[in-house]
Amino acid sequence: MFTVFAWVVKRDLMLAMRSRSDLFTALFFFVIVVSLFPLAIGPELETLRQIAPGVVWVAALLASMLVLERLFAADHADGSLEQMLLSPQPVSLLVLGKVLAHWLVTGVPLVVVAPLLGLQYDLDSEALGVLLLSLLLGTPSLSLIGAIGAGLTLGLRNGGVLVSLLVLPLYVPVLIFGAGAVEASVSGLGAQSHLYLLGAILVMALLLAPLGAAAALRVSAE
Amino acid sequence: MSSRLINWFRFSSPATFYPLVGRLLPWVAASAVLLIGIGLYLSFFVAPTDYKQGEGYRIIFVHVPAAWMSMFIYLVMAFWSAMGLVFNTRLSAMMTQALAPTGAMFTFVALWTGAFWGKPMWGTWWVWDARLTSELILLFLYIGYIALTSAIEDTRRADRAGAILVLVGVVNIPIIYFSVEWWNTLHQGSTINFRKESSMTSTMLWTMLIMALGFWAYTIAAAFSRVRSIILERERNTSWAQELVAGEEVDKHG
Repeated sequence: MFTVFAWVVKRDLMLAMRSRSDLFTALFFFVIVVSLFPLAIGPELETLRQIAPGVVWVAALLASMLVLERLFAADHADGSLEQMLLSPQPVSLLVLGKVLAHWLVTGVPLVVVAPLLGLQYDLDSEALGVLLLSLLLGTPSLSLIGAIGAGLTLGLRNGGVLVSLLVLPLYVPVLIFGAGAVEASVSGLGAQSHLYLLGAILVMALLLAPLGAAAALRVSAE
Repeated sequence: MSSRLINWFRFSSPATFYPLVGRLLPWVAASAVLLIGIGLYLSFFVAPTDYKQGEGYRIIFVHVPAAWMSMFIYLVMAFWSAMGLVFNTRLSAMMTQALAPTGAMFTFVALWTGAFWGKPMWGTWWVWDARLTSELILLFLYIGYIALTSAIEDTRRADRAGAILVLVGVVNIPIIYFSVEWWNTLHQGSTINFRKESSMTSTMLWTMLIMALGFWAYTIAAAFSRVRSIILERERNTSWAQELVAGEEVDKHG
């Protein structure tokens, strides 16, 4: 069973490496959105430091939502998704593999680059560490929850807009605790409780989201 | 044993459910009008003025039942969604679809009346407290469900996709319900509590319960009349629906 999981991850990573433009869309979107805010709000460091957690987290949320559509679209188009659904392996495991690969390609770059963007907003080193950690715990949950939405809207005409409508309300807890962690660290309260809750959300999403996404794929591909 | 099973599933077929709903609908609708009428009279003229909040508190007679219904309708939708996925009954999805607009309406009413209450009491239309935010998310969930089911043309896929979405979103309901206990924010704790004596006078309590019953009846009536349209629309190619419509035409013209 584990070999199938590893196979799916390896295959998706290889496909992503072959078409590198996909690799950078989410990352550049994230960087650009975060850089837009100082231009719109003004360069006062005091204000920027206050809005930094929210801005970085909302940008990460939008960036990870932007690429959700591609999670299953290519496999759906060339029919390999149907083969996966027909295979004797548990579909939720295959979904988990695809989500992991998707997160490695689109989520990890965001996490790595976020502290750099935090520097633009004059966050101190402790807050930067918390930002990194909160994104590391939070973005996999975003990909997992998003997989359900991507499965439900698979192949629909205006799927991209629809997926945001379905998924963004479900993202809200991750956003609250993710941005809350950085906020708490900036104001000196300690981010521990928020990070624990993010971890709890991640565990729940790991358990339940692949099942939901597998059910959604079965409905959409039948 | 088997006869009891047949009784359970007898009305899960649109052909038997449609006339049943047609017979029940006038009664439910009439009781909705009656109960809401009595409830409104009691809440404006009979219920005493609150010693702290003055007359403005009377909005809770609409606000609290609407908020109850907004959560309860979602739970009912989740129940029908689960039924539809498990037993593969077409009618379950039709019920879910018929309930969604009413649920969204009550969520909106709860938020709107809450804003009207919040302005004189808290001094602001809106605060980002836990209960208000989670109720807002509930509104988004309703809208997402309606948008998803109307975007999918194949009804079978729309039904099943909608059911999955409703079941995923149901995690939000306990968060709304317990938000005032878990987080100590601006929205007050619940006034009516099953574990201890309620903190309001019995007139107010009765008024609120009558309003809640009236909203229940309204919800059932609205869902019934909507489900009748959905059934006719989806079953338009079956012989019983065509006979029915033809019969109604004859009644009208002959």
